[in-house]
Amino acid sequence: MDALDTRDTITIRLNGKERAISARMTVQDLLASLDLHPGMIVVELNREILERDSYEAVFVSPGDTVELVHFVGGG
Amino acid sequence: MTDPTRPLDGPLTLGGRDFTSRLIVGTGKYSGNQVMVDAIRASGAEMVTVAVRRVDLDRSKDEAILHHLSPDEFFLLANTAGCYTAEDAIRYARLARAAGFNEWIKLEVIGDEETILPDVHGTLEAARILCDEGFKVMAYTNDDLVTALRLEDVGCVAVMPLASPIGSGLGVVNPYFIREIKRRLSVPVIVDAGVGTASHAAVAMEQGVDGVLMNTALAAAGDPVRMAHAMKHGVLAGRLAYLAGRMPSREIAVPSSPSRGLLD
Repeated sequence: MDALDTRDTITIRLNGKERAISARMTVQDLLASLDLHPGMIVVELNREILERDSYEAVFVSPGDTVELVHFVGGG
Repeated sequence: MTDPTRPLDGPLTLGGRDFTSRLIVGTGKYSGNQVMVDAIRASGAEMVTVAVRRVDLDRSKDEAILHHLSPDEFFLLANTAGCYTAEDAIRYARLARAAGFNEWIKLEVIGDEETILPDVHGTLEAARILCDEGFKVMAYTNDDLVTALRLEDVGCVAVMPLASPIGSGLGVVNPYFIREIKRRLSVPVIVDAGVGTASHAAVAMEQGVDGVLMNTALAAAGDPVRMAHAMKHGVLAGRLAYLAGRMPSREIAVPSSPSRGLLD
């Protein structure tokens, strides 16, 4: 991996798996990159639930643990 | 003479909110989304349960329940299914509330993987904290009166004893304890889990409880839509039979027709 790569991508733990994402992404950017509608998703960043109105302001940092959850069928 | 226009039953009032239907249904395990929606509509249920899970980033978005069920049409009751500790259940409840629909939670803390029976200690601990945080907690529990009383004490809006284990379809295995729980609690009692067919729903309601919650009985039926109709009628039949007050049972026959006026 060359110097440019390490500057442009970061590694986070996303829904239980290591994942390389672009550096300097907000939570909103991350959801958009995954083609997820923010209104349908709840985001937990390092075990803290993020308010939806902060998605634009909060940046994802190297080593962050991100959980993206939603409602599925259940009893 | 009875007034033919009198209402046969009142609403089911849960946490200050009125529901016409006494049937609450789950949204899991259906073979397809259209049959799920059709069955839920046929059941007449207004409140539906949903689970909180990770978005599967490697698969289609079709598993998102809100692509199929509108929160304008149904009142969503998120559950904490799959949680084995109070801490996990609280985490799931908070995530569910952050989805922004309501502050209601169907609390489940499971104590045994094989039987999916509740951990009543963990359930009570989570219920206490979630009630303090302003959640409207509907607590899934054993058919144990003392636990039911404690769940009411900590502020649950409904206590939901099982008829029999989740997904078993065995029906009400202990009607006496269901009756005792209903007799002693002030908050609504909903029989949750174990109902397999329409007669089970009727038997549950005949114990005097306020409602029934089911999932597998519909989802795993040969024809979920037909079974949903049957369950709607089963719940209604049991409810009205309870309100009507049944005849005393006896072990000797008593003729229904007059014994006088018979021909020689």
